[in-house]
Amino acid sequence: MAAIVFPAKRHSVLPGFGLALGFTIAYLSLIVLIPLSAAFLKTFTLTFDQFWAAVSAPRVVASYKLSFGAALAAAAVNAVFGLAVAWTLVRYDFPGRRIVDALVDLPFALPTAVAGIALAAVYSTNGWLGAPLAAMGLKVAYTPVGVFVALAFIGLPFVVRTVQPVLEDLDRELEEAAHSLGATPAQSFLRVVLPAITPALLTGFTLAFARALGEYGSVIFVAGNMPMVSEITPLIIITKLEQYDYAGATAVAVVMLVASFVLLLAINALQAWTRRRQGERT
Amino acid sequence: MEITAQDAFPETLPHPSDLRIPLAPLLVAGAAAIYLVLFLLVPLAAVFHEALRKGAEAYLRAVSDPDALSAIRLTLIAAAIAVPLNLVFGVAAAWAIAKFDFPGKSLLVTLIDLPFSVSPVISGLIYVLVFGLQGWFGPWLAEHDVRIIFAVPAIVLATIFVTFPFVARELIPLMQAQGREEEEAAALLGASGWQTLWRVTLPNVKWGLLYGVILCNARAMGEFGAVSVVSGHVRGLTNTLPLHVEILYNEYQFAAAFACASLLALLALVTLALKSWVERKARS
Amino acid sequence: MIRTTAFRIATAALALGATLAHADVTLLNVSYDPTRELYQEVNKAFAAQWEAKNKEKVTIRQSHGGSGKQARSVIDGLEADVVTLALAYDIDEIAERSKLLSAGWQKKLPQNAAPYTSTIVFLVRKGNPKQIREWDDLARPGVGVITPNPKTSGGARWNYLAAWAYADGKYKGDTKKTEEFVQSVFRNVLVLDSGARGSTTTFVERGVGDVLIAWENEALLALKELGPGQFEIVVPSVSILAEPPIAIVDKVVDKRGTRKVAEAYLQFLYGPEGQEIAAKNFYRPRDAKVAAKYAAVFPKSSLVTVDASFGGWQKAQKTHFADGGSFDRLYQPAIKAAGK
Repeated sequence: MAAIVFPAKRHSVLPGFGLALGFTIAYLSLIVLIPLSAAFLKTFTLTFDQFWAAVSAPRVVASYKLSFGAALAAAAVNAVFGLAVAWTLVRYDFPGRRIVDALVDLPFALPTAVAGIALAAVYSTNGWLGAPLAAMGLKVAYTPVGVFVALAFIGLPFVVRTVQPVLEDLDRELEEAAHSLGATPAQSFLRVVLPAITPALLTGFTLAFARALGEYGSVIFVAGNMPMVSEITPLIIITKLEQYDYAGATAVAVVMLVASFVLLLAINALQAWTRRRQGERT
Repeated sequence: MEITAQDAFPETLPHPSDLRIPLAPLLVAGAAAIYLVLFLLVPLAAVFHEALRKGAEAYLRAVSDPDALSAIRLTLIAAAIAVPLNLVFGVAAAWAIAKFDFPGKSLLVTLIDLPFSVSPVISGLIYVLVFGLQGWFGPWLAEHDVRIIFAVPAIVLATIFVTFPFVARELIPLMQAQGREEEEAAALLGASGWQTLWRVTLPNVKWGLLYGVILCNARAMGEFGAVSVVSGHVRGLTNTLPLHVEILYNEYQFAAAFACASLLALLALVTLALKSWVERKARS
Repeated sequence: MIRTTAFRIATAALALGATLAHADVTLLNVSYDPTRELYQEVNKAFAAQWEAKNKEKVTIRQSHGGSGKQARSVIDGLEADVVTLALAYDIDEIAERSKLLSAGWQKKLPQNAAPYTSTIVFLVRKGNPKQIREWDDLARPGVGVITPNPKTSGGARWNYLAAWAYADGKYKGDTKKTEEFVQSVFRNVLVLDSGARGSTTTFVERGVGDVLIAWENEALLALKELGPGQFEIVVPSVSILAEPPIAIVDKVVDKRGTRKVAEAYLQFLYGPEGQEIAAKNFYRPRDAKVAAKYAAVFPKSSLVTVDASFGGWQKAQKTHFADGGSFDRLYQPAIKAAGK
């Protein structure tokens, strides 16, 4: 990184390119890239066999299934209900709408540890929601279901916030036209609205998924942490660390980092698609 | 005779959403309401309920306990360092990305977003690998008696990492959408780079900037996972408020734990209020 | 440049904090999970005694967590003046991996460097509805067991070895039958927290499980603090003598110049006042007089030792808790069999 040559730019009349880009790259390298590379470098001290053994151990694979599975399920639920919330906020007016709108961002602003102990308190078998659910035979806290609930909580704002602006911009005339041509409200929704908001919906879903994948603080209090059953991948990393298995911890971390990076690329692509779609319609 | 759009679609034509069967809005709004109550309001209410379980006096004692106060102080210090640094970075990155074209721009944007998708545990782990006694700089640091890992500097670094992209992510699309004409005009009229930045660009993005700072601050004060890995959990010294909540929770002092948690929840609510206010200002 | 500035600010803040107490001495005691209350009391008493004798103020800072986790932190650079952990193996690891203290640390203090001992008991709910009296009952289907994770918690490792010792005695050394027994106990485990305190919280506060396998001191503390009358202690016929050791971290105290205070601090734990505080906090004191005074608190049972029954901690760790050891081998199939 030290031997960087500033890339050529089209001649611009604005000053400060070198300073701004230089500072950006230096800060990025120092804070993000170089420390992240430590994880990869540590992993390279393993032979491929050792690496594979570490990341494909049954317990680790079980944690992937849980982390990925619960994150996927949580993001899906957030997609459906987040759409409902966004729709309600955009299309209907009711007293307290502004407050509800602001509250949607609570999972952004609330520290994960606070969310964790609150969810553990609420969903344990003697908690406000956990008790009635337990009476119905559904145990939430300390099970994979608890993990799902925590991940749904923290992913809640993502779909709402990506779909809301698109819904607001949606041209009502299209729906009016569909209606006047005889479409039922359901058809109008499926054929007119849904295609228009699909890029944003997918973006929100992927954002919620990416966020849920690495989540630790809110899950750790409400998961059972049982290996093979309710142990999330970040916890495995910590457990390996506590057993002095640095290389094993970084091996699993590298798997997660690669997954995160792929998701990030997907999110950026989806956001570009959304912007293009919106640009087309205006 | 001209037929205008007004004739084709007279204003008396009912709007599709009004024609919807009354059941549908009820279902949708109802589903939204249940979702929000279950996943948002109930946990929030639980925090305050549990915090006040032993009464107001116990609450006040819990939040004024010396270890709690030093946890609050450390949280504030970490945020006070992380937020301005990431603010400066956000402005610099947005300036470079929005006002100029160069190859590798989209890669740079993706890299800036990276901390957002990295698990907090990994965010802490990498600093242990760099500064820990068994890591790159550990032995050198120990020799020179410089304490980074398991001390305040590591906590600050981990906080900077997890809040890294917040300001940049707000500013970049905003500055891109605003274009370069104003800045170019200012430059052509003889303004220096700093003058252009200060007098032209920043006033245009001030609400986005504020928005990013508010989000950055909320995350900085609430970060748990990354800080948990690099803190030594030394009471009264290297515990931020979220870590202190965990410690109290582990010592059977549940009311006290929730009392400190309620401080963080209040901070979250204040953050939300500020956010709405900024959004409204930006829109007008 | 910015980073250096930030670093300078942070160092200045630290220095400010340090200068505010420059005439005083601080020690860092890195301890395991359940000793929070114990050391709160010990530290206050020791500070008072030291100030009276030496006219110097000493502040002892504490860090608590699962024993293995704490050892790892010290290895990674957490500057502990003394370590007071759950089992000797964890301090051995610190000695071996970081060379911060010598390998012969355990001989430097009396009685295996353990001024107090404890053992493993069961905590059950009031009335003992599931009629749990012995280790056999933990292996019964339908009984929910709570124990921390042996991979991270010292207490959990004592739990595991105690169960193993019982089965070994019952099946007269038949390893296969012993393994099956331990496996059936773990088939019943509902939640694996990373530390002893987490397990106690799960059992007591969250109402999960029928029996908690716990340090005796944790169980007695839970009875006192959390629910007098809500729980009962059941003492199994066979248990293990747990000797949580303490040690001075040589390189750190020499660098910080705190050796004298640190040594006095550890000696305090062996003295009459320290032993009394330990007993009051439900740790079995070594001192015969104090032990006699508190004999009624600590029930009698047959206690095996890790040295006699398991060949010492190095061997026990390798056989049972290292990667590929008995816990790894028994645990996964146990979960699969339970159909979880």
